[in-house]
Amino acid sequence: MFKNVYNWIDERLDITPIWRDVADHEVPEHVNPAHHFSAFVYCFGGLTFFITVIQILSGMFLTMYYVPDIINAYASVEYLQTKVAFGKIVRGMHHWGASLVIVMMFLHTMRVFFTGSYKAPREMNWVVGMLIFFVMLGLGLTGYLLPWDNKAYFATKVTLEIANSVPFMGPVLKELMQGGTIAGAETLTRFFALHVFFLPAVLLILLVGHFIMIRRQGISGPL
Amino acid sequence: MAHGDDSKEKVVFVGDSRVRRGNGFITPPDYTAYPGKSEAFIPNFLLKEWMVGVVVLVGILVLTISEPAPLGFPANPAATVIPIPDWYFLFLYQYLKLPYASGDYIVLGTLGVTGVAFGALLLAPFLDTGRERRFYRRPIASSLMFVSLAAIIYLTNTAWTEYKHEMAESNMIPEDILREEKAAENKAAGLPTTSAVQPKAIAIVDKDDPAMATFKQATCISCHATDLKGASGPSLRGVGDKHDKAAILAIIKEGKGQMPPMYDTAIGAGLTDQDIDGLADWLAKQKSEQ
Repeated sequence: MFKNVYNWIDERLDITPIWRDVADHEVPEHVNPAHHFSAFVYCFGGLTFFITVIQILSGMFLTMYYVPDIINAYASVEYLQTKVAFGKIVRGMHHWGASLVIVMMFLHTMRVFFTGSYKAPREMNWVVGMLIFFVMLGLGLTGYLLPWDNKAYFATKVTLEIANSVPFMGPVLKELMQGGTIAGAETLTRFFALHVFFLPAVLLILLVGHFIMIRRQGISGPL
Repeated sequence: MAHGDDSKEKVVFVGDSRVRRGNGFITPPDYTAYPGKSEAFIPNFLLKEWMVGVVVLVGILVLTISEPAPLGFPANPAATVIPIPDWYFLFLYQYLKLPYASGDYIVLGTLGVTGVAFGALLLAPFLDTGRERRFYRRPIASSLMFVSLAAIIYLTNTAWTEYKHEMAESNMIPEDILREEKAAENKAAGLPTTSAVQPKAIAIVDKDDPAMATFKQATCISCHATDLKGASGPSLRGVGDKHDKAAILAIIKEGKGQMPPMYDTAIGAGLTDQDIDGLADWLAKQKSEQ
């Protein structure tokens, strides 16, 4: 049954090469922890992606309840945390996942750095990877404000002051980030839009680039 | 083997940086060129990876259940709070407090060291161009990274210790703990457990005033409702904050926006000028704060 459906589609669209490009490759011995336990350092990239997927899924569920305005943001997060079934777990996964994704990404970056895997011909993939790192930090920064509690508000005030101290374009940067002359309603909606639409879009594009490059070039050879 | 000896294969995956650098595109050898045992990605290796993923997932869930995500009190610009960013920004936060990275030297702090460090990290492959990959044979790159890591660990630790110290100095307890305690107390006392700012209900001032009867008789209630909360017309609770008695009288006589002049209707309903005066007086007393 499934085979017939698959064949029907494959005859028309020739989809086999698409998934074969993704799926059909071999994992060499030197990155396989089953053969050398020390090769577990090669797991961090995959785990970063795994936690990123958790972040995207839990974030999608959070937006079902979250209200991005200064009157209701806190109340909606509190409702989610205390009243909604499994809300505490979904928000907890998003909260802890945000830290874990940074940890995993950091470990992955260190693995790539200390094994010299960024060297020719993989320079571009390193640059894309660093851009992913910066986008992730941006996601952490914008997401921190969204619960709109005191910790979030005052930390964001500090961030905006740091942005303000950048020479020449500091004040413009600050006003752009906070969406006006004070940190308030516009700042929250702006950070929400960045956190939920802009940065994830950039992140997904960069991830696709990262994965296409690793498939074209393969994982770096043994030392 | 997925990619065997077929040289016509367009995309040959898997590279090997041991291959000598030549001109043009380096065709990476297949994994089968490596010594040892390679393994198919799907399904063999992916299943093992998934098992690691499951362990990580269980770890996250255990963490989530044992340590719920913190939530403090609603943002209040007037509150006294010691600001603290998320832990992975602590090193930058602490660094920008250092004397040569703040105040007059803030340019050095934001653009100088930070900009150069992150810029160098971004462009690492173009700065460290040697062919050697082992970290102990790349002393400059490796030692720079070790020094940076030590600095990050030191700065993060200092920032956190200082924060803890400041909190203890000023006898402050993290707000997420306070909120949970307050919620637990309220729950025990049978009160609402929320810390969210509740919209204030404005009460009717002087509910027994004879003007209330006038209000009904003059058909005001058909638009402003018996409880003054408004229907097709706006709510009149707290209307005294916006208009004084003279302004209210003017609105009754001349109307406002969608509201037609109601003076003649009121007189037609058998009310006197004195009644209407009393009504305006009473409405002017409707203030949200007494």
